[in-house]
Amino acid sequence: MMRALFAAALLAPLVLLAPLAQAADSCLTCHGAMDGELQAPATAFANDVHKRRGFSCADCHGGDPASDDPETAMSKAHGFRGRIARTAVPQLCARCHSDASLIGRYKPQQRVDQYAEYQTSVHGKRLATGDQAVANCADCHGAHGIREVRDPLSPVHPLRLPETCARCHANPAHMAKYKLPTNQFAEYRTSVHWEALSQRGDLSAPSCASCHGNHGATPPRVSSVAAVCGSCHSVMEDLYNKSPHQPVFSGMREGACVICHGNHAVRRPSPAMLAGPGAVCSQCHDAESAGGKTAAQTAALIGKLDAAVRRSDEILARAARSGMEVSEAVLEQQEGRGDAVKARVAVHAFSLAAVQKPAEAGLAIAARTYAAGEAALEERGRRRLGLVVSLLAIAITIAGLWLALRAVERRQAADAAPAARS
Amino acid sequence: MLSSESGPPGRTRAARLRAWLDERLGLTGVRQFLAHKTVAVHSGTPWYYFGGITLFLFAIQVLTGILLLLYYRPTAAEAYESVQFIVTRVRFGWLIRSIHSWSANLMIFTAFVHMFSVVFLRAYRRPREVTWLSGIALLGLALAFGFSGYLLPWNTISYFATKVGTDMAASVPWVGPALARFLRGGNDVSGATLTRFFGFHVAVLPGITTVVLLVHLALVQRFGISSPPWVERRSAASRLPVPQMPFFPNFFLRELMAWYAALGALGCLAALFPWELGDKADPFSSAPAGIRPEWYFLAPFYTLKLLPSRIWFVEGELIGLAGFGLLAVFWVLLPFWAADGRGGERTRLVTGAGVVLIAYLATFSLLGYLR
Repeated sequence: MMRALFAAALLAPLVLLAPLAQAADSCLTCHGAMDGELQAPATAFANDVHKRRGFSCADCHGGDPASDDPETAMSKAHGFRGRIARTAVPQLCARCHSDASLIGRYKPQQRVDQYAEYQTSVHGKRLATGDQAVANCADCHGAHGIREVRDPLSPVHPLRLPETCARCHANPAHMAKYKLPTNQFAEYRTSVHWEALSQRGDLSAPSCASCHGNHGATPPRVSSVAAVCGSCHSVMEDLYNKSPHQPVFSGMREGACVICHGNHAVRRPSPAMLAGPGAVCSQCHDAESAGGKTAAQTAALIGKLDAAVRRSDEILARAARSGMEVSEAVLEQQEGRGDAVKARVAVHAFSLAAVQKPAEAGLAIAARTYAAGEAALEERGRRRLGLVVSLLAIAITIAGLWLALRAVERRQAADAAPAARS
Repeated sequence: MLSSESGPPGRTRAARLRAWLDERLGLTGVRQFLAHKTVAVHSGTPWYYFGGITLFLFAIQVLTGILLLLYYRPTAAEAYESVQFIVTRVRFGWLIRSIHSWSANLMIFTAFVHMFSVVFLRAYRRPREVTWLSGIALLGLALAFGFSGYLLPWNTISYFATKVGTDMAASVPWVGPALARFLRGGNDVSGATLTRFFGFHVAVLPGITTVVLLVHLALVQRFGISSPPWVERRSAASRLPVPQMPFFPNFFLRELMAWYAALGALGCLAALFPWELGDKADPFSSAPAGIRPEWYFLAPFYTLKLLPSRIWFVEGELIGLAGFGLLAVFWVLLPFWAADGRGGERTRLVTGAGVVLIAYLATFSLLGYLR
């Protein structure tokens, strides 16, 4: 009896742990115990979004993860595919990512047309011809440590995407056979877009995919440049499309916005782009031509508005530092700054009249706020003068009181002296 | 005409007016009281002026507060704008508001100086224990005026400082949550809190302060101004009375000069450093970095910040508040433990406690300001 109980006690843990042993993934167990290249996928998979959702190595590579025998686990009989060929990767991912009912279980709002888009992209088209050097899903998203796009460690997170694209597109050896330039990333890093993304942390600022697309990545056509930029800068696009430049640039088969602003190295615009040495307008318009004169007048108007806003900012800041209450003028000044932005936007109509309206409104506001600043500083002067007069009056009063006190105390001493003698 | 028609011949018009008022107001008694009232003259006499300066600043508070009331609107929607209107549109509104804010701070400072001068000159001794207690009550009321008045402009700093202050009240065991709800008029600082604080600031606190102030002044008149024990001992040893000066006009004129000096200092502060209005409070925004209360609450605020969140199994803040409560009781009861059972004075203990308290308040306020 005792021997039977002892045997039962020994076997009980094995019986209880049996389901757990079955649930173990032999791929991870074996590869986790290996070294180097064979271990890396198992280590990376620990942080993979697919693992968190319950997927295993076998879902992509096939095989039988329940078997501890490598021969059985990696047998063709169990559907083991081994290393996935680069050309087969998009199709493999698409098995799930193009299946709306499957993806809907995890992320109902996620799109399922990535593969369809990819097939229209330059990458997808070249891959279809057997070019193994072009990017597939794993090149951008990773293969075994895939993270969600919103995860800052994901290579396709907005902050990291430019570097991910640059891994191939800034590599001269890789790009040589495609005859593509490799300076896009270096140029982009000098742009106002990169500044917004990297320094201000504005994740909505454009990076590579914003203009070229992500899964359907393709260079924007000349005819669609304005539309691509206009997806964010919609007011500028509207003004440009109605401007005299639109038919001219279209006829020249030039890419609208990039003619003046460039493509990857988009700098902060300034009136210097309109007139003066190195101005972009001067590339086509002679200074004495009508266009040249309009550009010069527009630059002068915007420069005047900028100077007026800056002058008002300075005087209001000086008044505020002196403790003067100028918050109403500061609030109005924000409206003036808004007009300065509107005037810059109106430049895309390429008409002085369009710029004049917001510029003159802004100049009027700047004049009012400057006057408010001046009035505050004058008031500060009056207060200080009033203080000096008041302090003088107080000092005279204190001196008078002191003299009165001395007179009283002298009289008291004089009265007390005879009394003391007597 | 008055002399020939209504009074006995030979008396001046002023004398007749005095006689007329005397008959109706009994001024002779007051005059005689003032004529006989004296103040001891010794090295500590200048400290006596601080009580009067505090009273003068309180009078300025009342006067400027009434003027501000003409335009101020105690609602969350209008409070900030009404103060903005006062400082930008109302003639001398900026001056009135600035003087009100600066004199409130100066009044609390001079009240502290007055309290510590009472401690170091031993003016709390028998029979002036109730005078001390009423003075401490007045200091507490001044702090309550400061706390309630701070919220009234309804700007960002005041809003979040009040939030922090009422959160502290909420952490008092048992009564804390109810006390915080009572102060806020709800679960959080809102327009209801503003209206409530306005009520405290202009009605409840002035009413209580008037009564306590009258008691305090009456007791000062009843027992006179105390002389320090060492001055009394020197006088007894030399068999010469403690030198005295008449209260009126000698002390009064000196006090008047001190009041004018305080007025000058107040004018300089108000004109050169007008009290800031800041940005309107936005209850939905996050608290700005480095939020801190007024300087007179900085030392306890910083102490509570230094305490760990838990000490053993008790919340650190709770232990801090209990410590401040004990310290306050100990300080309020100073006249009762400062004398030993045989009528002797625990001079060193009182001086030590006073010095330690000043050092603590100064150091922690400074650290709280700088951090």
